[in-house]
Amino acid sequence: MTQTDNKSDVRGARPKEQITTPHGDARARMRAGSMTLTFAPWIIATVLLAVLPFIFQNNSSITIMNQMWITVIFALAYNMLLGQGGMLSFGHAVYAGVGGFACMHIMNASDFFAALPLPVLPVFGGLFGMGLAMIVGSFSTRSAGTVFAMISLGVGELIAACSVIIVAFFGGEEGVSGDRTYAMPFFGTEFLQQIEVYYLISGWVLISAALMYLWSRTPVGRMANAVRDNPERAEFLGYSARWVRFYNFVASGFFAGVAGGLFAINYEILTEENLNTASSGVILLVTFLGGVGFFFGPILGAIAFTLLQTVLSLQTELWAFYAGVLFVATVMFFPGGFAGLLMMHVPVFRLGKAKTLIMPYVKTLMPAAIGVLGVSALVEMTFHLRHAAMGDNEMTLFWTTFDSHAILPWAIAIAVTAVALGITRATAPALRAAWNDANTAGGAS
Amino acid sequence: MSTPALELSGLKKSFGKAEIIRGIDLSIGKSERHAIIGPNGAGKSTLFNLITARFPATSGTVKLHGEDLAGLQPFQINRKGLSRSFQITNIFPAMTVFENVRCALLWAQGYKYSFWNLVNRKRDLTEGAEAVLEQINLTARRNLPAGTLSYAEQRALEIGITIAGGADVIMLDEPTAGMSHSETDYITDLILKVTEGKTLIMVEHDMGVVFGLADRISVLVYGEVIATGKPEDVRGDPKVQEAYLGAALEAEH
Repeated sequence: MTQTDNKSDVRGARPKEQITTPHGDARARMRAGSMTLTFAPWIIATVLLAVLPFIFQNNSSITIMNQMWITVIFALAYNMLLGQGGMLSFGHAVYAGVGGFACMHIMNASDFFAALPLPVLPVFGGLFGMGLAMIVGSFSTRSAGTVFAMISLGVGELIAACSVIIVAFFGGEEGVSGDRTYAMPFFGTEFLQQIEVYYLISGWVLISAALMYLWSRTPVGRMANAVRDNPERAEFLGYSARWVRFYNFVASGFFAGVAGGLFAINYEILTEENLNTASSGVILLVTFLGGVGFFFGPILGAIAFTLLQTVLSLQTELWAFYAGVLFVATVMFFPGGFAGLLMMHVPVFRLGKAKTLIMPYVKTLMPAAIGVLGVSALVEMTFHLRHAAMGDNEMTLFWTTFDSHAILPWAIAIAVTAVALGITRATAPALRAAWNDANTAGGAS
Repeated sequence: MSTPALELSGLKKSFGKAEIIRGIDLSIGKSERHAIIGPNGAGKSTLFNLITARFPATSGTVKLHGEDLAGLQPFQINRKGLSRSFQITNIFPAMTVFENVRCALLWAQGYKYSFWNLVNRKRDLTEGAEAVLEQINLTARRNLPAGTLSYAEQRALEIGITIAGGADVIMLDEPTAGMSHSETDYITDLILKVTEGKTLIMVEHDMGVVFGLADRISVLVYGEVIATGKPEDVRGDPKVQEAYLGAALEAEH
């Protein structure tokens, strides 16, 4: 009853709004303008997703992209908690994992699966992820912060441990495998080839990303931000912080489950590895690397991390070391992640001063890149020196083959690194000055 | 006589052995502007926190429109039409001014936890929030992050958030604390304007504001109401003068 009273109160305060009619027109025009703006990224993404397999045609690239888009969905789902809701979870892989295992079992339930088009399967993964999130969220979302983080860690460990106990569902150590091609043909497609799976996953990326974006524009999604920033104030506006967290947690569980379902379709096998704490840690890393402050941040993170994981790991055994260093550097120097770094430049573009930054960037970032490569060369050489088989003194780095036990390569590497870092250091103040100048309105040029 | 908007009876609160609120009986009628004054540490903010269930009361009851609020959470009390502001500015600093107000409208306009409505598409939300911004004179600041506003503007926003939901009982905790004279006048006018026809309960130190706004005044000293009545009666009450007002008035003149 107060509900309607309130409404009428607000309506009662309306007479003032006669003056807002011209306003309304302006707003409608603005909305029309922002419509094209809001749709532009989605159209670009659709085109890119459709075109990419024609640019990168070989099977391994498509495998990498499949993995990338699955990670994108998972990271976006994770960011519904971390970025939008301020909930740090250390066990979010279990929702993806359980969704994936559920899909595996559906794949193996031949009668049911034969009547199910494959592209629908991730919905079931989502529903199972959501179901688990409802159970766990019912007690874990009472508070955010440390309590939530600890419960998520505990539940994550618990369910990962279950994988060797409840063998019927988790398949024990060898996991559960299946065959996606037993599904009902989808417009004649049986998903025998990687490329068909690629388009299935791409479709789901678009749908999930759009739905998650729209979610952030709904009342419960907006209030997630409010609860993140100031739970107490939100409570005095009529919202229970706990239930706001719960609904967002459940939605996040759904999309994590969708990612799990796509994983099941792509790899046709799920093991304990899909839901253990290490996987949960990876998704935290991916999301943070991309940037939690912006919706598109986790997308960048997922792309960058998957590239590190797949492309760099072919080059070096130490890829996880570099990923770790990158993560620490992100946390310490640019906590906004890649998205934050990009968005930092928006005011510069608004002021029309982006050009003034190009030269200082080249002067500082070029030597910095060389310095970083130099350091990594030293790391690789140390690794080779310590871990290569006896007598195997030869190593190849940056298309050069040399003896890792000789002095000369070491001297060169150290010299290059030192000089490059020295130049970086010397030019950094100029870059900082240029940056400050580019961010100040008015012509100092 | 109709039921009072807010009725406190035998309200007590102790923190450990320290009794902060020592039995308060108070009845505030509909559409009344009621100020609670008293020296520092008298328990004014604690009283506010007890009424809005930020802290649980040790004993006693709080009734809103005759309905006992015992056991309700802050958000449930808010849904019954009681809204409050805070002594220390309590807004969403990272969100824009507009979004701050819009968040305050969501529940009141019945959107609840819905995920099938898009807030940008709802004219009633946008227009409602803009009407509130107009009322609190922050239309020009619409798209700025709330944390970047001046102190007085943040206080105005705090009041805007408090009244936006259309609650009929408004509680303001020291709305003019730490403000200059001109800012105080601005906020006082604002309060008069936005609480038109509503029940207002206000903690305030500035006697000018209190005597300008309040229909009735309660004086709280050491957790007890020592006087309640019309401003002129309270001003004349010897007990009050002794305990509090005398000193404050002397300081003012």
